[in-house]
Amino acid sequence: MNISFSKHTLANGLDVLLHEDHACPIVAVNLWYHVGSKNERPGHTGFAHLFEHLMFEGSQHHDGGYFQPLEGAGASLNGSTNADRTNYWEVVPTNALELALWMESDRMGYLLPALTEAKFSNQRDVVLNERRQNYENRPYGLAPMAVLAALFPADHPYHWTTIGEIADLNAVRLDEVHAFFRRYYHPANASLTLAGDIDPDAALALVAAHFEGIEPGERVDAVRADAALEGEIRLRLEDRVELPRLYLAWLTPAMFADGDAELDLASDLLANGKTSRLYRRLVFDERMATDVSAVQNSREVAGFVQLVATAAPGHTLSEIERAILEEIARLGADGPTDEEIERGRVQAEAQFMFRLQTVGGFGGKSDQLNAYNIFVGDPGYFDRDLARYQAVTRTSIPHAVQRYLDPTRRVTLSIVPRGRLELAIPDSTAAVVS
Amino acid sequence: MLLVRRGSASDPPGKEGLAAVTADMLDEGSGALSAIELHEALARIGAQFDIDIGSDATLVSMTTLNRFADRGLALMADVVVRPAFTEGDFVRVRQLRLHRLTQLRDMPAAVADRTFIRLLYGDHPYGHTPMGSEHALASMTIDEVRAFHTRAIRPSAATLLAVGDCEHAEVLQLAANAFAGWDGAGDDQSVAGWPPAQPVVVPARLNVVPRPSAPQSELRIGHVAAARATPDYHALVAANMVLGGQFVSRLNLNLRQDKGFTYGARTAFDFRKLPGPFALHVSVQTTATARAIEESLGEIAAIRGPRPITGEELALSAAALTRGYARNFETAGQVARAAAQLALYDLPDDYFAQFVSIVERVTPDEATRVLARHLDPARLTTLVVGDLDVIGRDLSLLNLGEPVVLSADTF
Repeated sequence: MNISFSKHTLANGLDVLLHEDHACPIVAVNLWYHVGSKNERPGHTGFAHLFEHLMFEGSQHHDGGYFQPLEGAGASLNGSTNADRTNYWEVVPTNALELALWMESDRMGYLLPALTEAKFSNQRDVVLNERRQNYENRPYGLAPMAVLAALFPADHPYHWTTIGEIADLNAVRLDEVHAFFRRYYHPANASLTLAGDIDPDAALALVAAHFEGIEPGERVDAVRADAALEGEIRLRLEDRVELPRLYLAWLTPAMFADGDAELDLASDLLANGKTSRLYRRLVFDERMATDVSAVQNSREVAGFVQLVATAAPGHTLSEIERAILEEIARLGADGPTDEEIERGRVQAEAQFMFRLQTVGGFGGKSDQLNAYNIFVGDPGYFDRDLARYQAVTRTSIPHAVQRYLDPTRRVTLSIVPRGRLELAIPDSTAAVVS
Repeated sequence: MLLVRRGSASDPPGKEGLAAVTADMLDEGSGALSAIELHEALARIGAQFDIDIGSDATLVSMTTLNRFADRGLALMADVVVRPAFTEGDFVRVRQLRLHRLTQLRDMPAAVADRTFIRLLYGDHPYGHTPMGSEHALASMTIDEVRAFHTRAIRPSAATLLAVGDCEHAEVLQLAANAFAGWDGAGDDQSVAGWPPAQPVVVPARLNVVPRPSAPQSELRIGHVAAARATPDYHALVAANMVLGGQFVSRLNLNLRQDKGFTYGARTAFDFRKLPGPFALHVSVQTTATARAIEESLGEIAAIRGPRPITGEELALSAAALTRGYARNFETAGQVARAAAQLALYDLPDDYFAQFVSIVERVTPDEATRVLARHLDPARLTTLVVGDLDVIGRDLSLLNLGEPVVLSADTF
């Protein structure tokens, strides 16, 4: 696999990645800032994401919404925040590239003069409604708060969710926005990718013209934090749900660290898709669960595997927990079959290809180039990334499973229908979520 | 990608959910392969495999690496033409779907969608979502699935689409081999033969499914509107962009950017073979429920005349549609889905080449006129899934009559 690109760094520290693809007359503009909810502090959670909203509300030389001119030029655009990074992207017709660069540069360099209390307070209301819609008013929606808070200690940057706590969102003040912007939103903490129908020389000249004048800020140090589970933490939450659901979570290696690819594949072969071991056993054969899934959440500072299963009526979470732990133990003892390894490799290759079908948006080539550049400093990491999956063996998977998916050091969360506490795993204590 | 022009609207009365459970059963084993073996075979070629069902059509789609095209097509043919349809697999799949229906009762958006479509259409074939009802599913049999498959999934109702880095003649030969022997016995009843949609009863203006202590109200506002074949299609698409079809639409700017009531509001005309619904979709904080309804009804009424679409608004919306058109055709999957629309709605082969110039010819007057023609404020039905104890008093002051209280299990 070969994604051709060139990398340039402007004098102010902005990384610029260029990738040519003339199949469609569009260009993806994708700008990453290396800041996410991991850069927040307790009591100030949800800030990075609220800030992302403000980036669409206008800047000094375009004091109005960012959607209007860009949608009018035929662009699709959006942004997103997670624990590790914030990204902004536009996919524009080729002739609107300069407009997108002008607007991205204006909010990178000149956001604050246009920021008002009214915009700030409106977007805080919008974010509180986003939280209600996607977490509070959604069945099982508070699970992420409970699981993260139990896995990571209170001062660890993954202790809270990106959407943040209600009290913190209500307490945030406009002057905090200024300090945050100055610290994290500057060229030396960003990576800009243009992918698609571009002439690289002309594109680089355009980027330089719009971004060179923006002053760099201070380098942002990497966030470091430790987490360890000394035992099992058993929690329960009551929710407006019909069927109880079990969450199991373990601390695991960070993104690209040793064991990350193994646990990614182990999650798939344990619980993803109809060929997975737990789907077969829990859903297909014994029919004690209605669904099962697992994911290795690969993050910059640490990772965690989360395995989720919903109980079928007439079955208990304890039955499901027992079966899951048996299958994990079996994988740890015997490893995967050759057939499972082969399937895992082909699927990894296919997933890589599918992800690179588009130049931009969420995912696509521009997002991936920025991800590799920000996280490993090498936009051309594709082959090495895929090689991690090709290098997985019948012994490396059980090794990682034994080491990390330890039944005695995990978080166990039962979400049960309101008033049905007896359906939780025994000896669980009430999770406190806010 | 295989498009079959039969969907949940082909469910026989009392058998709501039959088309969807049949589609769901297609990949539960085929020929000599068990359900698990079939999925192992798909996994071995790294295939992304999906079956989607809507009211008018069922779509079986697969994406795989080039070198597996032959094997992929063969597996797709097995799934579509020779499903195993065993009793044991059916009982398991039906049970999972029943559990799913149980869970949907707790999802406000799902409750709203299911209840709203029933309010608008009653017993009409569009009056249920593809999932159907618990009652109908519980009494369904594998024989009914087999019979439905024979009747509905047939070559005369199907179109195969292949897009990618491949030679036309080669794919044609592979498809001919894979689908050889698929015969077309069975009836040819089509949804197009039905009478136009008319709700059996005119729904109440205001309906509530109570959700005690919910932090937000899930709203739907709309009525039965236009079919895909309407000559007003392009003008409606452009006009809806102004009303609620993009971020800078009147409704989103009002409810989100001005009032801060919601994370986002949108409207859509769901164009189908027969007249589909027009609906506003929004989830608002509980305390703002009545005001959000008032604002929404106000915006819909205003855009039909009192505050018509301006030249500037239409120019922005038309530009968003036309200048951004190319990005709808970037991936093989996008191109295949677009081409499937041609087959489903009998659109001309040059449809996509014409789209931009037709949208560019729409005038602001025409955009306002088509909304006035297809939206009728007096017929708009509002559904709220929310905390009735908190919002009941405000709702009764809306001049929409006393709210009719429904339960999530009503339908």
